[in-house]
Amino acid sequence: MKTLRVIAVGWLIHFKIMSRSPFAIGVGATWPIVNATLAYFMYRAGGYPQTLLYASLGSAVAGIWSMAAIDASGAIQRQRWWGTLELLVGAPVPFALVLLPMAVAIASAGIYALATTLLWGRLVYGIPLPLEHAVAFVVAVPVTIASIGVLGFALGMTLVRFRTASHIGNSLEYPVWIASGLLFPLAVLPAWSHPISLALAPTWGMRALLHSALGGRAWLDIAICLGLAAAYTAFGIALLERFMDSARRHATLSLT
Amino acid sequence: MTNLRIFFVGGLISYRALFNWLNPWIFVPTLVVGPIFQVLFFAYLGRAAGVESDRFYVIGNALQLAALPGLFAMTFTITGERYSQTLGPLLASPANRAVLFLGRALPVSANAAAVCVIAFVGGAVLLHVTLPAASLPALAVVIAATAVSCTGFGFLGGAIGLRIRDAIVLINLLDAALLIFCGVNIPLESLPDWMRAVGEALPVTHGLAAAREIADGATLGDVSHLLLAELAVGAAYAAVGYALLRYLEQAARRNASLETA
Repeated sequence: MKTLRVIAVGWLIHFKIMSRSPFAIGVGATWPIVNATLAYFMYRAGGYPQTLLYASLGSAVAGIWSMAAIDASGAIQRQRWWGTLELLVGAPVPFALVLLPMAVAIASAGIYALATTLLWGRLVYGIPLPLEHAVAFVVAVPVTIASIGVLGFALGMTLVRFRTASHIGNSLEYPVWIASGLLFPLAVLPAWSHPISLALAPTWGMRALLHSALGGRAWLDIAICLGLAAAYTAFGIALLERFMDSARRHATLSLT
Repeated sequence: MTNLRIFFVGGLISYRALFNWLNPWIFVPTLVVGPIFQVLFFAYLGRAAGVESDRFYVIGNALQLAALPGLFAMTFTITGERYSQTLGPLLASPANRAVLFLGRALPVSANAAAVCVIAFVGGAVLLHVTLPAASLPALAVVIAATAVSCTGFGFLGGAIGLRIRDAIVLINLLDAALLIFCGVNIPLESLPDWMRAVGEALPVTHGLAAAREIADGATLGDVSHLLLAELAVGAAYAAVGYALLRYLEQAARRNASLETA
């Protein structure tokens, strides 16, 4: 019960912080519209207007990943700047339980991207959202956000030694958009990159949203998203424990 | 002599501070990895959409990427001073403002041109795009002109940064406008008339048209009108941005709002 409360309260506080961030709202919610507009014009010029819903959902998932890549990767560094890192590490709850809801809350700000992109598509381009499997869609949205948030957490733990983690995370924005096939099918990518694509939560989150909207095996995609989220969590926690152990032994928590 | 020192030394120090004293862990991810993957992303999107060739996207995105340092770095030359709490002393100094800001623009222009080249070469190598060797010197001139023009556009960002704390939000929108309106990834003829008209008034549009004509075999003389138009657009934005900077600086003095913006 205590664990659930830490996760819930942590998520709520950080989601409120993100919701008041001009960058998260101003940029996070508008860039997916830019991507959707670009994809719309490009697909229309190429004679594929039927792919507009695909572009719309893909842009929204891209927005969720952008939030995670930029903000979640620098989560520890940000606590360091705020002077709260030592307090959080010293708290009597596992540090992972503090960081995980933080990363998921950052990705959750992507809900604004999803809402604005779908609304933009509907109002400006008249793109309908069919929702063949409405229940699956309602489940797919939080699962996609959570799995991408946890991927951000794992990325943050991978980059924990770098002061410039958020810059490195920022540079991974386009690579994951490409590898996840968010705005174009994976078939246009070279075959060697497909295993990378299948290991990324945005790939399956996008499929879950698309299949639940247009029809298809949405529940399988959701299950794979959850499985990947569990794997990212285990990986991230293992790295975090090593980092914490090293920081305590060398007294480098605030210096790394 | 003092003005020359402010122009060169001040500009160089500001540029080094911008990248945390040229830390490669910031420079490489931001200005090497990101730009190359932007080229790849739109090239693959173009393949899926079935419009234009890889060369179209390599040239388009490489030129547009001049705006990355041009817009963002010029904005950070002001907002960065606020973060490091040196904005007040800087503006209290008797330094000539035109020299001060132009000195900061010089390394940013060079950086913008370098990012263009990096994106161009990286994209071309990875996507197997080739250009006639004879076109490269003319292309270099176009890249330099576009870099200068985008830096001129960045003066607007600097001015906005003087008044608004989260200027980065607006700068992102200006960057997005370049991607949508300038024919970077969407052929201009596919855009509605009003969008094309907006594109005419933005940097990158004319430079990009010149670069594409040169890649198709035109000479520098053939595209001189486009280059002049590109430079004129950049100069106009620089003039407006500088005037706005001066106005907002005086307004900040009157209202004591320099640090509270």
